[in-house]
Amino acid sequence: MTSATSHFALDHEEALIFDLGDTQRSGVDLPPPPAHKSRLGNAARTAEIGLPGLSEPEAVRHYTRLSRKNYAIDMGVFPLGSCTMKHNPRLNEKMARLPGFADIHPLQPMSTVQGALELMELLAHWLTTLTGMPAVALSPKAGAHGELCGLMAIRAAHEARGDARKVVLVPESAHGTNPATAALCGYEVKSIPANARGRVDVEALKAALSREVAALMLTNPNTCGLFENDILAIAKAVHDIGAYFYCDGANFNAIVGRVRPGDLGVDAMHINLHKTFSTPHGGGGPGSGPVVLSAALQSFAPLPYVVRDGEQLRLVEQRDAAAQNFGRLSAFHGQMGMYVRALAYMMSHGADGLRRVAEDAVLNANYVLASLKDVMSASFEGPCMHEALFDDRFLKDTGVSTLDFAKAMIDAGYHPMTMYFPLVVHGALLIEPTESESKASLDVFIDDMRELALAAKAGDAARFTAAPLHAPRRRLDETQAARKPVLRWEKQA
Amino acid sequence: MRYLPLSDGDRTAMLARIGVSRVDDLYRDVPASVLLDKPVNLPPAQGEMAVERVLSRLSARNVAAGSAPFFVGAGAYKHHVPASVDHLIQRGEFLTSYTPYQPEIAQGTLQYLFEFQTQVAMLTGMEVANASMYDGSTACAEAVLMARRVTKRKKAIISGGLHPQYGDVVKTATAFTDDELIINPPAVAAPDDLAALIDGETSCVVVQNPSFFGHVVDLRPLAQAAQAKGALLIVVVTEVVSLGAVMSPGEMGADIVVGEGQSIGNGLTFGGPYLGLFATRQKYMRQMPGRLCGETVDVDGRRGFVLTLSTREQHIRREKATSNICTNSGLCSLAFTIHMSLLGEAGLRRLAVINHERACRLAEALSALPGVTVVNDTFFNEFTVRLPRAASDVVEELAARGVLGGVPVSRLLPGETFADLLLVAATETAGDEDQDAFVAALREVL
Amino acid sequence: MSEKIYYTKEHEWVRVEGNIATIGITDFAQSQLGDVVFVELPEAGRDLKAGEAAAVVESVKAASEVYAPVSGKVTQANAALADSFSLINEAPESDGWFFKLELANAGELGGLMDRAAYDAFVKEHA
Repeated sequence: MTSATSHFALDHEEALIFDLGDTQRSGVDLPPPPAHKSRLGNAARTAEIGLPGLSEPEAVRHYTRLSRKNYAIDMGVFPLGSCTMKHNPRLNEKMARLPGFADIHPLQPMSTVQGALELMELLAHWLTTLTGMPAVALSPKAGAHGELCGLMAIRAAHEARGDARKVVLVPESAHGTNPATAALCGYEVKSIPANARGRVDVEALKAALSREVAALMLTNPNTCGLFENDILAIAKAVHDIGAYFYCDGANFNAIVGRVRPGDLGVDAMHINLHKTFSTPHGGGGPGSGPVVLSAALQSFAPLPYVVRDGEQLRLVEQRDAAAQNFGRLSAFHGQMGMYVRALAYMMSHGADGLRRVAEDAVLNANYVLASLKDVMSASFEGPCMHEALFDDRFLKDTGVSTLDFAKAMIDAGYHPMTMYFPLVVHGALLIEPTESESKASLDVFIDDMRELALAAKAGDAARFTAAPLHAPRRRLDETQAARKPVLRWEKQA
Repeated sequence: MRYLPLSDGDRTAMLARIGVSRVDDLYRDVPASVLLDKPVNLPPAQGEMAVERVLSRLSARNVAAGSAPFFVGAGAYKHHVPASVDHLIQRGEFLTSYTPYQPEIAQGTLQYLFEFQTQVAMLTGMEVANASMYDGSTACAEAVLMARRVTKRKKAIISGGLHPQYGDVVKTATAFTDDELIINPPAVAAPDDLAALIDGETSCVVVQNPSFFGHVVDLRPLAQAAQAKGALLIVVVTEVVSLGAVMSPGEMGADIVVGEGQSIGNGLTFGGPYLGLFATRQKYMRQMPGRLCGETVDVDGRRGFVLTLSTREQHIRREKATSNICTNSGLCSLAFTIHMSLLGEAGLRRLAVINHERACRLAEALSALPGVTVVNDTFFNEFTVRLPRAASDVVEELAARGVLGGVPVSRLLPGETFADLLLVAATETAGDEDQDAFVAALREVL
Repeated sequence: MSEKIYYTKEHEWVRVEGNIATIGITDFAQSQLGDVVFVELPEAGRDLKAGEAAAVVESVKAASEVYAPVSGKVTQANAALADSFSLINEAPESDGWFFKLELANAGELGGLMDRAAYDAFVKEHA
C-alpha cells in the first residue's frame, strides 16, 4: 500500500527523544555550583534517572517537526461541534506574557499584586454582566471542574437548609462530564429522554421531578445545537420543587451578548474560557471554567475570592466561621494566564462585538445547515444555534460509516466534525464552524463536503474506508493499544 | 471588528440562502422576553493598542518576581525557563490544536505526550504516568479517590507536612463521599511519624516530600508500614526540581506519585495554569484518572500514538468514570517536556544541586541574624525560619524595601501558633547579590 | 446429567450442569461491542445476587456491565481471558466464558429465555 502525502517533503519522520538524546547532553548551560555541605539527610538520589537531553538545535527541530504533524485552527476549518474551535488572537498571548501577569507568585504579598486582583475583579464584572448573574467563582480550572464547583455549591446550599437530596437529573444528550460530576458529588444520576425535536421532554422531566431532586443539569443551547425553547417552564418547574438549575455553559458562544442565562432562571453555569472567550485549546488544555452563580448560591462560592476594602483589593483565602462556602477547589487562585487572555478578547470585542460573535456563529452554522441539508441528513429542522447536527441516514447502504466520512474529511484537508455525539441521533455528525470562518472559507468547505457526500452516495466506498491516505499516519490500531497498553518508552535490553 | 471576517454583504447573502430576512429569525426558539435587543452595559470594541494600554497598566501595578530579590515558594517556584520553550509552545500547530482524538492528524501532540509520560515515570521512579492533570493539588485529591478504588477502603491519612491548600482540596473532593480523612497537625519542626496511624482500614497515606515546611525524608520505612497493612503510599512532590537531587518516590516504595510540574517549563502566572503530574504502578493503571497516550501501529504498520484506555473516562463511562476530568494541561505539559528535554539528566541534576546550594547558602546567612533560627535539619531549596516577630508583617516591610522575602506560614495556616514562621525558597535565580540584599533588608526590619 | 442453556435480555448466556452455571455473553453481544480489550471478572468465593453487576467487558469505545443472571457463589473465573481477550470475540459462547457460579436458587432459571425466545428477542430489538 503506498501512502501518498501531498506534502511528503515537508513531513519528516521523527524519532523519540529517547532515541535522539542521551543522559550526558544538555541544552541548558549551568555553571558548576560551589562546594557546599548537603542538607538532604539520607534521602539523596543515587540512582540514574535515564532522562535524555538534547542540545537547543536538536530540541527546536524535534518539536518543530512534531508540530507539523498536527492539525490546528491556524491551518484550516476546524468544525468540531461542541468544542468551539475559534480563532485564538495573538494579542491574548502577548498580554498574558506581560511580566506583571506571567511572573507573579500566587503567594507574594497582596500589596504587590493589586493589578492582578483588579484584573480578576474586572473579568468578574464582564462575566457577571454578560450572564446577568450576581456572582462568579473564578477558580475552577476547566469546564468539568466548573461543573464540580456548581454542584458542590448546590449541595452545600441544600445541606445548609438541612435538605438532603439524592438525585441529579441529566438529559441523555448531555456531555459525559455531567453525570460523572454528579456522581463525584455523591448524587444518583437519572437520565431524561429527548423528544423528537431534540429538546428535553418536558413532560418526562416534570414526571421525574420530586423532593429528592437536588438539581437539573442542562446544556443550553443543547448538544444538538438547539435552544431549549421551553427553558423558562423548565426552570420554573425545577425551582418549584426547591431544586436548582445547573446550566452547562459549553455552548454559551451561541448566545453571548444576546441572551443572559440569569434571565433564564439559571442558578449556576460554568463558562469555558477556552471556548467562548478564545483562550487556546493547546492540544487538550489548560482550560478555565469560571462559574457564575445566582443569588441563592453565591454565598456558597468556593475560596478564594477577591473583595474590595476601599482602595485595596484582597483575596479571601480562609474560611471564617460564618462563611457558607464549600471550601477550596485547587491550590492558589485559578487560571490567571487564562483570565488575562479572556479579558483581552472581551475588551477587544466589547459589548457590541460579543453580540456579533454569537450572531455570526449562529449565522455560519445555519449557512452550513442550509447548504448541506439536501445532500446530508439534518437531524432536526432549522434554525439551529451555533452548530448543525446531521446523522448517518444519508450514508445508509453506502458502506460508508460516520467514522469513514470523518476520516475522508482529513484527506480533504479538514479536521473532522464531532462524531457519534450527541448520543440521541444515530451516527451523529456535529458541525460547528464558529464565527471565525469567512464566507469564502465556508463556501469551499461546503463544496468539499457536498463532493464527499455525493461520492459516498455514488458508491465510492473505498475512498472512505481507506481514509485517511494523506495524513502523517493512516488509521491506528486502537484495539492493540488498549489490549496491550504501552504507555511509555522502555530501554531495549 | 478584526476577529470577525463576515461583511454586511456576506451576512445578507447568507441569510438569503438560509431563507430568513434577519439574524433574529435564527433566534426564534429563544423566548422573546429574554432575547436582548441591545448590547449589555459594557464598553464597546477596542483596537489592539487600546487594550494593550489598559492591560499593561494593570500589569505594571504588580511587582514581577524577576524585578526583585525573590524568595517565595510554598508550592510554586521561580525558575529560569530557556527562551526556546516559549517559542515552541507558541507554534500554532500546538497552540491552536485540539485534544488528539483524531490521531492521524495529531501525532505531534500524541508523541510529545508519550515522551512526557515517560519522563514523568522516570523522574518519579514509577512505571506509568498519565498525560497530566489540572495541577498538583487536584492530582493529589484524585490520588486519594483512586486509592479508595484500589483498596476498597475509605480512610485516608494526611501528613501534617502536606501543603495546607492541597489538604483543603482533598477535603473538598471527599466532602460528599463517605471517606474518612485523618489530618495530622502541621509538622513544623520535623517530619511527622505516620506509621503508627496506619491500620487495616487505611486506604492511603498522603505525604509530601520535601514537605511543606521543607523537610526531606527517606520514606522507605513508611512505605513498608503502609504495605504491611495493605494501604497505598501517596507521595506528593510540589517542587519537581528536587527529584534531580532527592531519591525518587518510586525508589522509596510509593504506590502513587503526584506532583506540581510548574517548576519545569512554566512560569508563576499567579498560580495557574500549571500541570499536575500523576504516576503509579502498572498494576493500578486502569484505576488512573485522566488521559493516557499509548503506542500502537497504523494500518501500514508504522509506529504511531493514540489516546487509550478511554473506557475509564467520563465521555464513555459517564457516572461510573474514574474522574470527571476532561482535560489535561496540554500546553503546560508541552512546556514541561521541552524544558526537560533541554535539561536532560545531566542538566536536571546540576540544576537541582545549584538549587540546593543556593538554599544552603541562604539558610546559613539567615541563621546568623539575631533572633532568626532555621527550623529544618534537612531541606532541598526551601526551608522554614522562625522570626522574632509576626512573619506577615515582616514580608510586607520587606516588600516595601523591594524584597519578596518568602511566604508567612500564617497565610496558609492562620492563627497565632504559626505567626512567627516564614517559608523561604531559593532557586538558581537567587544570586548572591539578591541573597545579600534579602539578608540586609531582613536585618533592618527585625 | 444433561446441560441446558438459558439466555437473558442483557445478552448473557447461562449453561447449567448440575448446580454449576457457566456464564458468558452471546455472539450478538460481542458483535455489538466490537473488539474486546479488557474484562474484569468476579473473584471466586464472591456471593452474587441475580441482577447484580458481576463483571465488566470493555471495547475501545464502550464499557458494559455483565450482570449475574442468577444468584450464587462464584466458583471460578475464566483465567484464559486475561491473556486473550479476543476469545470473547472469537468464541463467545464456548471458550470465551466469563465465570462459573454455584446456583443458590435454581428456580431463578425459570425467568430466563431459551434459544428460540432469545433469537426472537434479538430480532425484535436489533
